[in-house]
Amino acid sequence: MSVSVRIPTILRTYTNGSAEVSGQGATLREVLQKLDADFPGIGARILDETGRIRRFVNVYVGEEDVRFADNLDTATPDGVQVSIIPAVAGG
Amino acid sequence: MSLPPLVEPAAELTVDEVRRYSRHLIIPDVGMAGQKRLKNAKVLCVGAGGLGSPALLYLAAAGVGTLGVIDFDVVDESNLQRQVIHGQSDVGRPKAESAAASVREINPLIDVVVHNEVLTTENVMDIFARYDLIVDGTDNFATRYMVNDAAVLLGKPYVWGSIYRFDGQASVFWAEHGPCYRCLYPEPPPPGMVPSCAEGGVLGVLCASIGSIQVNEAIKLLTGIGEPLVGRLMIYDALEMTYRSVKVRKDPECVLCGKNPTVTELLEDYEAFCGAVSEEAQEAVSGSTITAAELKSWQDAGENIYVIDVREPNEYEIVSIPGAVLIPKGEFLNGSALERLPQDKKIVLHCKSGVRSAECLAVVKNAGFSDAVHLGGGVLSWIKTVDPSLPTY
Repeated sequence: MSVSVRIPTILRTYTNGSAEVSGQGATLREVLQKLDADFPGIGARILDETGRIRRFVNVYVGEEDVRFADNLDTATPDGVQVSIIPAVAGG
Repeated sequence: MSLPPLVEPAAELTVDEVRRYSRHLIIPDVGMAGQKRLKNAKVLCVGAGGLGSPALLYLAAAGVGTLGVIDFDVVDESNLQRQVIHGQSDVGRPKAESAAASVREINPLIDVVVHNEVLTTENVMDIFARYDLIVDGTDNFATRYMVNDAAVLLGKPYVWGSIYRFDGQASVFWAEHGPCYRCLYPEPPPPGMVPSCAEGGVLGVLCASIGSIQVNEAIKLLTGIGEPLVGRLMIYDALEMTYRSVKVRKDPECVLCGKNPTVTELLEDYEAFCGAVSEEAQEAVSGSTITAAELKSWQDAGENIYVIDVREPNEYEIVSIPGAVLIPKGEFLNGSALERLPQDKKIVLHCKSGVRSAECLAVVKNAGFSDAVHLGGGVLSWIKTVDPSLPTY
């Protein structure tokens, strides 16, 4: 499945500044694997050492937080937008 | 989901108030009843900085009857690029006092309460208890988790906003009617993973974009109009000029507001919860931290040292220590910096204030450079003690 992935500012160093990149995969897990293959290192900023999504990063497929869906097994239908939203504290 | 008004209306508006607020009064949704609710409202703004500046100005202008401001900091020249509640003549003045003076100038009909102090686990419950609604404009994770926990424990709603470079986020957290901040982000990032605005910068006007959303939501909650931003996270991208919202669900497993809460009172130490510096870095810097004066004397004595600046290129461009070589922190974290380090020289790392260089020092020591050190206080302490003619940022 071809999806678009929204990259937050703090991870754009990995994507040469791109705010949105194209992704591939039937599930979020596959999309993130492909993303890390395309942009080495970005995966470790989203997933922890055990391969789970870090607790201060939220990943949305469409409008839904995948923590309340099927986590990394959440289906990523063709054309859906995957958003990576890390916590920021600036004020 | 609309919610009932948070505040009962005041008995009446004076003639002066009717004149001042007429543009509100003729909006059917606000009207006399809404304005009287604002008059009766007590709102606390935590932080009189980037977000607090526009928030306080508009809350004051809107006629929020009691406006509290808490900030322990003093106005610095580098604040003025975005903290529009303060002016040039306020530099060096406590932010809470400076903000209160601006608020009084904008609207003398309201009461301003100045809390010129640090918000701590000791005072947060007492202070929050005096207000109907909290606006969170703080700049660090430790305070944000403390604000959240206190608000949930007291059953108060709060309007949250956060900014970084060109990105902003905003939401309303009110455990009674929706999720809390811990439902959205159960744990803070480890130190060094997410840069602050002091490290990464922020577009000044972004504060107004997010601060105005916060005031908008505050007014809606106080007067009970519209669809509050409860259970939604608004994400603003200033470069693309897009606003998107995503759902924020109440987490049934939330340790604070879930079904079986394990956090039933404030944490003892929010700094420790958020980890000012990682344990590895703390260990690395122990006994391996030098002062700016020491670095200067080493340089003057021609010691065999290799000074590395681990900040970002644009920071290096603003100001740098003479002779320092730029290798940004990311290259230490991914390991690529290590092959560029000389084996025959003592490594001296520095950053802006000493946090990033501490993280890098842990990496460098692990790689076998056991005599490496870092500069405590970073380039800022160099400027302060060695060369005050250099610009700070």
